[in-house]
Amino acid sequence: MREAILSVRGLVSTFRTESGVFPAVDDVSFDVAAGEVLGIVGESGSGKSVTALSILGLLPDPPGRIASGSIRFEGREIVGLPRKALQALRGPAIGMVFQEPMTSLNPVFRIGDQIIETIRAHENIGKADARKRAVSLLDRVGIATPERRMDDYPHQLSGGMRQRVMIAIALACSPRLLLADEPTTALDVTIQAQLLDLLRDIQRDTGMAVVIITHNMGVIAEFADRVLVMYAGRVAEQGPVDAVFTTPRHPYTIGLLGSTPRLDRDEARLTTIPGVLPQLSDTMPGCRFAPRCARRTEACVQSKPPLLEVGAQQQAACFHWDTLSPGETA
Amino acid sequence: MPGLTRGCGWVEGTEVAQPAAKRVVRRSLAWGTLARLLRHRAFVIGAVLLGFMVLLALLAPWLGSGDPNKLAVRMRFQPPSMDHLLGTDNLGRSMLSRVVYGGQLSLMIGLWVVLLNAVFGVLLGALAGYFSRLDGPLMRFADALMAFPSVLLAIGIAAALGPSVSTVVIALAVVYIPRTARILRASVLVVRELDYVHSARVAGASHWHILFRHILPNSMSPLIVQLSFVFAYAILSEAVLGFLGLGAPPTQPSWGILIAEGRGYIREAWWLTFMPGAAIALTVLGVNLLGDGLRDVLDPRLKIEQG
Amino acid sequence: MMAYFIKRLLQCIPLLLLVSLLSFGLIKLVPGDPAVVMGGTNATAAEIEVIRKNLGLDRPLHIQILSFYGNLAQGDLGRSLLLGQPVKEAIIERLPATVSVALYSMLLTLVFGLAIGVLAALHHNTWIDQGAMTVALLGVSLPNFWLGLVLILVFSVHLGWLPTGGYVEPSTDFLGWLRSATLPAVSLAMLQIGLLARITRSAMLEVLRQDYIRTARAKGLSELAVIGKHALANVAIPVVTVVGLIFSVLLSGSIIVETVFSVPGMGALLGNAILRRDYPMIQGGLLFVATALMLLNILVDVAYAWFDPRVRVGGGH
Repeated sequence: MREAILSVRGLVSTFRTESGVFPAVDDVSFDVAAGEVLGIVGESGSGKSVTALSILGLLPDPPGRIASGSIRFEGREIVGLPRKALQALRGPAIGMVFQEPMTSLNPVFRIGDQIIETIRAHENIGKADARKRAVSLLDRVGIATPERRMDDYPHQLSGGMRQRVMIAIALACSPRLLLADEPTTALDVTIQAQLLDLLRDIQRDTGMAVVIITHNMGVIAEFADRVLVMYAGRVAEQGPVDAVFTTPRHPYTIGLLGSTPRLDRDEARLTTIPGVLPQLSDTMPGCRFAPRCARRTEACVQSKPPLLEVGAQQQAACFHWDTLSPGETA
Repeated sequence: MPGLTRGCGWVEGTEVAQPAAKRVVRRSLAWGTLARLLRHRAFVIGAVLLGFMVLLALLAPWLGSGDPNKLAVRMRFQPPSMDHLLGTDNLGRSMLSRVVYGGQLSLMIGLWVVLLNAVFGVLLGALAGYFSRLDGPLMRFADALMAFPSVLLAIGIAAALGPSVSTVVIALAVVYIPRTARILRASVLVVRELDYVHSARVAGASHWHILFRHILPNSMSPLIVQLSFVFAYAILSEAVLGFLGLGAPPTQPSWGILIAEGRGYIREAWWLTFMPGAAIALTVLGVNLLGDGLRDVLDPRLKIEQG
Repeated sequence: MMAYFIKRLLQCIPLLLLVSLLSFGLIKLVPGDPAVVMGGTNATAAEIEVIRKNLGLDRPLHIQILSFYGNLAQGDLGRSLLLGQPVKEAIIERLPATVSVALYSMLLTLVFGLAIGVLAALHHNTWIDQGAMTVALLGVSLPNFWLGLVLILVFSVHLGWLPTGGYVEPSTDFLGWLRSATLPAVSLAMLQIGLLARITRSAMLEVLRQDYIRTARAKGLSELAVIGKHALANVAIPVVTVVGLIFSVLLSGSIIVETVFSVPGMGALLGNAILRRDYPMIQGGLLFVATALMLLNILVDVAYAWFDPRVRVGGGH
């Protein structure tokens, strides 16, 4: 295993609601190696976005905060860092791309200025040079006539183009780690494919590590080296993409894979996972997936299953992992 | 619900219920709203304050000397004390009585203005919003009226019509009706395009039926909030008119007239100017708090436009 | 920008026509014979006839309207009965006082209104927020003329720091002007500050929730840049729309505040005219004020377009 650029241990991020304080991310641990692409997959509301926001200290506070846990970036603890230190990290060390291109850019500033601003916030560089770099960034992310586009306002660009601009901003200071939170979910399928190609291209060129968050297993298969499956704020399974996809060891993973439409199989019907995600405020002592799991036992309901080694560098949080077989529904 | 729970809620927010509610649901919605209003701190404080002022106005015959015009020349210019809670004026009249009777008049004027707004503002707004051919001319006229600063227009109208209580009511109503009409028109424009209104029309319902049974009940929220602010403006503006001598004749003084009277004696008897104004301030404060509460509970989006 | 401005100006013309018609029609509202009312109780029949002739009230309606617009086209707003002076002249004489106090009060409004609103939003749900909003609420609830009188009581009668009224021209004695204009400006500003603070706070809260603020933080910008540049640039947009309303409130307020403080401005002029039933003055004055307000609103619209590129630069997606 290569050197871990990002190391998360026991992360607990909570949100205050009218009925109390509850964890949206509950004891999550994972590593990202330098140059590796980690995919975090799960349903809406599984805590994937909160994890990413926690890494950069971007949880809206109130009502959210990191209650406990450790996040080490390049060996250095970043939870609890003073604001200035965090600001220095954001951009040059870690970049982030968000889900909604339509609203993630400031509508009253030109896009060129928004890129230049990022560069000049972290580097001592003149306006002309920063502008040149911004133009080449726009070019790199596949925007035609970048020099002219610099003076456009966000509302003059399509969703796909705005997302490219977001990527350009995230890459502006050459970060070692890129967090991409559902970067293509809000876009057309064709644009999705283009943007993923772009991201993969950039990743190969720069060798930066990428954490890509998505609910789409196809994206994981295409792009990620390793995958982290999240359910209801906890890690259900993690491991190399090939391993997890061929021999999934958690009923939820099996369910997710089963519900993905495939071209190479003739299926009359997609399998679904019965039931719904538990509420944020539903605290239960045992496995959070148990209510929806056909294989649950008393042990599952009573105690929280730990992450167990189920294969080479693969782990799953299920007591019955060795009795499961792929293709079996949840 | 968007916003807060994005990324942290485990169940997606439920869709807002369609306005085509059955009567049972509508009634429980009303109770639910009332409950939420009662938990809103600003609303409660405002209601209590306003209620207190209204109570004082109603109890006028039993407060102070019971008669705002009762002379007692030997007791002139008494500062506020236990005997005369708000002091006496240059003719020995009890300020407490004058202020609470003034409250009767001012509050009544405010109520009338709100009523006229509720009737004519709604009528004009509904017509403009629903019948597009009427929209243009009606809104042009409303714009023309709104081109004048409100108090100035009220003063102009009141001056033209001559001083009397009904003049004040008419002048203030004319000033605010265009604004109320605009607000209602905006609601109607939105509700008019909803699916169930289309279906009602296809089913052959007459325009009036659609307007009164479907559209208006669902345009209530912004209207109610607006009416509460109209009440506040009306009381403040009535005070201005009274102060300038354009209001009711001095035999039954309103708060504005009282302040004007007190102005001449500001050096010797500060309470003559202070007390009526304080009464206005307390009342309007109450109404504004009430209005804020109504707005927060009924239609939080308005907060952006109205602050 | 220029094209937008011209367009708005042209759009105003039909409105101006209606407004002028309303001003003209004001006299028609007077119950009974306006000439009698203007003449007063002691006027003789002959005097009333003179008034009637001077105002052209003896002529048929369409002739009256025509001559009204004819005069308007020549810039003639009529002749004041009280002052024996052309309305236009009287207005021009009094305008500087009103404008200087108005500008002073506008300055106070912008500085304090914005500051209080932004502060309240940044410290949302703390005592700072509650306190700021209470002050704003009080501002909106107090009658401005009464506040003026109270201020006179405290600062003039009791403390003797500031004069009870009157007006000193800034060009003759700046300090004197400052002293005489402060209480009127403050009385006017309270209501305006209340309005501006509340709207600024709402707008700020709304802006702070937006995704682009999160992006700005994710870029590693300093908090000052996030709030002072990214947030404020967007708050300007809804705030600018309120400024139009504030101008309207300002013009209304001037009439009473100038009366209370004996400031010889347009407001007092109109106020007096109204009390004395000087209808030509009222007509001309109202028309002037309405037109001024319309022009100010056009400027506000242009400023709005300047602040919001989505309005200024069309097209795209």
